[in-house]
Amino acid sequence: MADIQNTVHKVAPAKPKNVRSHLLIAQLIVLLAVLPYLANLFGQPALVSLATRIIILAIAAASLNLIMGYAGLASFGHAAWYGLGGYVVGILYRHSVTGDPLFGLPIGSDQMLITVPAAILIAGLFAAIFGSLSLRTSGVQFIMITLAFAQMIFFFFVALKAYGGDDGLIIRRRNALPGLDTRDAMVWYWICLGVAILWYALLSRIVASRFGRILVGVRQSERRMAAMGVRTYPYKLVAFVIAGMGGGLAGALMANHMRFVSPDMLHWTQSGEFMFMVILGGAGTLLGPAFGAAVLIGLETVLAAWTEHWQVILGPILVLAILFTRGGLSGLVRLVRGGRDD
Amino acid sequence: MTDVLLQVEGLRKRFGGVAATDNLTLDVRAGEVHALIGPNGAGKTTFITQLMGELTPDAGSVRFAGQPLEGLDTAARVRLGIARTFQITQTLDEETAQANVALTIQAHQGHSFRFWKNAATDPSLNEPARRLLADAGLAARRNVQVRDMSHGEHKQLELAMALASEPRLLLLDEPMAGLGVSESRQMIDALKTLKGRIAILLVEHDMDAVFALADRISVLVYGKVIATGTAQEIQADPQVRAAYLGEGDA
Repeated sequence: MADIQNTVHKVAPAKPKNVRSHLLIAQLIVLLAVLPYLANLFGQPALVSLATRIIILAIAAASLNLIMGYAGLASFGHAAWYGLGGYVVGILYRHSVTGDPLFGLPIGSDQMLITVPAAILIAGLFAAIFGSLSLRTSGVQFIMITLAFAQMIFFFFVALKAYGGDDGLIIRRRNALPGLDTRDAMVWYWICLGVAILWYALLSRIVASRFGRILVGVRQSERRMAAMGVRTYPYKLVAFVIAGMGGGLAGALMANHMRFVSPDMLHWTQSGEFMFMVILGGAGTLLGPAFGAAVLIGLETVLAAWTEHWQVILGPILVLAILFTRGGLSGLVRLVRGGRDD
Repeated sequence: MTDVLLQVEGLRKRFGGVAATDNLTLDVRAGEVHALIGPNGAGKTTFITQLMGELTPDAGSVRFAGQPLEGLDTAARVRLGIARTFQITQTLDEETAQANVALTIQAHQGHSFRFWKNAATDPSLNEPARRLLADAGLAARRNVQVRDMSHGEHKQLELAMALASEPRLLLLDEPMAGLGVSESRQMIDALKTLKGRIAILLVEHDMDAVFALADRISVLVYGKVIATGTAQEIQADPQVRAAYLGEGDA
């Protein structure tokens, strides 16, 4: 409610806060939509591919943020869903080319409208199975068990020689989408941007809903939730599955973007990178993970072009950013915009 | 016999060599305020955590409105109509007072697998929440973040939250602890308005509050109820004087 926020924020904003943030989001979307033109204008066409990558990673980070930022469940295995989504696209593509049956069925597709939903469903299914077990723990144990599950999937694909093992799978052609040329870098960028906007819009509804209120309560006090008469486990599990589906979606897009999947997508460092994006951008804020993804990948790219020892520089920058921005980049943005009272 | 709402029989809980709850038998009648007093370490909070299902007793039975509570978790007990406040308040500190009460009402309205509608602007949550906060004397503070509220306000808020689930039995764990004189008086007045409507098990050290509110008093010493009766009966009981009230006189 607008009146709640106005009272909390002692500095009276010129416009109601939700109007201002809607405006900010609209500006952001317009900017992102024209970005490919700007990139060409400034003679940096490679920027389109980089921006696509950031947008896809932002989908995965936002999904992790639902459980980690809102519900306070720090999953260290988010790369599992991301990698699974990628492999679903890779494997379906392989079968569509070779015509070999999969599990005895003539499965195989290079149609995005089939492969992406399939990736989301498979990732969600595995998230349901692994989540139902790992959510019986909490705290450090939860971090470790999610990491262990993700490592299981990582080693499974490393050992799976039929689908490339260590070397991964090459996808020669990006999945097709009726009426759109997915091979055109700009079209592909807009497709990914559209998917990301839809995903963020969906998440914004979820976190503001009754379901979202329960998640935020879980983060703050499980004991209080029980005293309210709420059994939290089913809510945490559903959130975990939604997060897994978002990870699968991002992985499916990334496999198409790179036209390649490998166990690297499932590596624990990838899980760590997602966590970094969430924390850097601002855990428990809607746009935080997108900022986090942009800054992290942007810095990586700039520093890597400059020196091969880029990680030595990136590390301290991240530490400082987290120490001094309190609440991540979203906290910094709020501070600059003068809305915060604490 | 008057209508018994909560019936506790032979409850036992040991931690290693210490009997925190030792063959505890007690009942709370519908609509009465039953105070549970006793020196520090008598096992009062341990008793409440067992009633709420957070701790499993070693032996004994608890029946609520005739139904055995054994095997039910905290959430299930709350849904049956038991609510509590905490000695050390447990609230959602990053939320406003109103959001805390509204979430309790939401939980009371049934499952929360609703993903689309904005909960913060839902009048079916906010209107009753405002009413409860007004009753608790927090009308002006409803949009303040809980972490910015005073200790006394936390206590008032917890009471409002407990009432939001429309309980039949209220377990109050030291609602006066740490309150100033006027805050205590406010709390006593608030509890008086509940008398007769909601049964209350009142764990409290503040004897003024106990004598002002309680229909019956039970005295707990070393996990055992050594006496139950009206205020006069308890004050006259030699065993109680020796074990407990005498302490204050010394």
